[in-house]
Amino acid sequence: MSDTAINTDQLPDSHGHFGTFGGMFVPETLMEALKELSQEYEKAKNDPGFQSELDHLLHDYVGRETPLYFAEGLTKKAGGAKIYLKREDLLHTGAHKINNALGQILLAKRLGKKRIIAETGAGQHGVATATVAARFGMECVVYMGAVDMERQHLNVVRMRLLGAEVRAVHAGQATLKEAVNEAMRDWVTHVRSTHYILGSALGSHPYPMMVRDFHRVIGLEARRQILEREKRLPDLLIACVGGGSNAMGLFHPFLNDPSVRMLGVEAGGRGIKDGEHAARFQGGKLGVLQGTKTWLLADDDGQIQLTHSVSAGLDYAAVGPEHAYLKDIGRVEYTYATDDEALEGFQVLSKIEGIIPALESSHAIAQTLKSAAGMAKDRIIICNLSGRGDKDVEQAAKFIFGDSE
Amino acid sequence: MSNRIDQVFSQLRSENKTAFVAYVAAGDPDMPRSLEVVRALERAGADIIELGVAFSDPLADGPVNQMAAQRALDAGATLAGTLDLVRELRKTGSETPIVFFTYLNPVYVYGFSRFHQDAAAAGVDGVLFLDLPPEESQWNEELKETDELCHIRLIAPTSPDERIEAIAKTSEGFIYYVCREGVTGAQTDLADDIDEQVANIQKHTEIPVVVGFGISTPDQAQSVAQSSDGVVVGSAIVRCVEQYGEQADLAEQVEALVKPLVDAVKSV
Repeated sequence: MSDTAINTDQLPDSHGHFGTFGGMFVPETLMEALKELSQEYEKAKNDPGFQSELDHLLHDYVGRETPLYFAEGLTKKAGGAKIYLKREDLLHTGAHKINNALGQILLAKRLGKKRIIAETGAGQHGVATATVAARFGMECVVYMGAVDMERQHLNVVRMRLLGAEVRAVHAGQATLKEAVNEAMRDWVTHVRSTHYILGSALGSHPYPMMVRDFHRVIGLEARRQILEREKRLPDLLIACVGGGSNAMGLFHPFLNDPSVRMLGVEAGGRGIKDGEHAARFQGGKLGVLQGTKTWLLADDDGQIQLTHSVSAGLDYAAVGPEHAYLKDIGRVEYTYATDDEALEGFQVLSKIEGIIPALESSHAIAQTLKSAAGMAKDRIIICNLSGRGDKDVEQAAKFIFGDSE
Repeated sequence: MSNRIDQVFSQLRSENKTAFVAYVAAGDPDMPRSLEVVRALERAGADIIELGVAFSDPLADGPVNQMAAQRALDAGATLAGTLDLVRELRKTGSETPIVFFTYLNPVYVYGFSRFHQDAAAAGVDGVLFLDLPPEESQWNEELKETDELCHIRLIAPTSPDERIEAIAKTSEGFIYYVCREGVTGAQTDLADDIDEQVANIQKHTEIPVVVGFGISTPDQAQSVAQSSDGVVVGSAIVRCVEQYGEQADLAEQVEALVKPLVDAVKSV
């Protein structure tokens, strides 16, 4: 074993720390609910009944397993390493988010909660949550920034059709961070009746661990699939990182494979200048936001800075604490793709592979093209195609064709 | 170590009186006027003043305090500027205990131990972090509490007994009982179990128990004063600052609002 080997069963510690990162930085009112959630999650994890219900629903309702697709056209275009796409975009509701939403609503049921709340940026997590809430007959309220409601309008309609109430958040820059604030306020107020389905590997313990665990199925499948196909492990994994749930899901089962490199792609927006991007590892600092200690974008007075990304799902000021840890120990590398690069990736994949990716996932596609070009033809990359782009077609059309409608 | 908070409570206890604690957002509508507001609170008879440190993401606050933080930030409020406000106040001989009511991140970025030193030197007496449970101070080396400031802890209606006991043990100055599940902000009805909850906390500690969140009228203040060691009024004062912030008589308006609240608490 190399010295970067990680015992995946031991992180985080029982208080949610990944090294110095993570933890439980929340108002006192929530401490007990979070402890209760941690305990119930531990019980559920060891309950074969819970696991089999989850597996059954993931298979029949969500559509797992997802294919590991050899993207021949993309491979040819890059002219280097073989590119495989993990097709989370084919899941019910169109993105990886439902793996976690489903796991958490089963937990909510065990906890006896009747009401579900969630935050959403791109709307994918909101749609996934509204979907499972409908499936289990629970009341559902989704908080969404007013700016995001406009740029991801299709998902707002979907949530409403699914019976969820979508509440617009107008504070601040009216995107994902403000939606999380508002969901936390709701939770503090209705903590006894309500479960908060947090949508990324973020926030207070146990969320970063729990959300990661519910998405580990991505990496577990990919690992088995690539071993079947290629009889060997991949050389590089690539995923986009907003909070970082799809990346944690893909990376985690490979952490103890020292030959596998991993690359997380943050949103570079219009470039790495204050307020123009959401790349926390570029010019961010260590701080505490929304329940967790991690890398975030803040000014010298500790105020959270504005962020920008063409993709609502990556437009967020803090990164999941486990990513901060994995960067710190050097196990995972992080880079960024700009809006323009992501839009280019969006078009390339659409035209060459006939797959329209989500703008979030397009950041990973853009980096995959770059990385593959510099690698030998016998090398293998797995890129997590975390979501499909149906929700983004209007936005993309505006940028690509200059549609003003 | 004798500090202003302990002195105030020991004085009040000898008189068999309850403390009136006033909260305002520091720097709202700007720092100079905020200083006038703080002086008005003193004149009205506040025993302790809590200064809210402006933060961009106040997730435990309701709309009134959110907007106050935003006004303060728009006017350039910072943690360093809030320390200056306290320095100004102390220059004129004020001895009212000052507690900073803050989210962790501004202090984290300022430097936790540097903040303790600078705040104590400026004349701050205590600090209450909304999003720093006492456990994290023990688990994170850089968040080790030093004894320059009183560390005031929150207890919530959802805190179980064993947690109340643990929190009470490490509390300094006073305990802040959040009497409602929710965010800050005025409420028409208060929880009906406040006296039981306070009595339960008092079983675990000798430290004064102060009650806040949602108390805005003299009647409410008086009722809570009967069963606690102190009453916090926040949003009602913040709303007054919002309403009269641009007017010359801001300080008079604040004083006029707070005086009856103080009287209600002192009538018990």
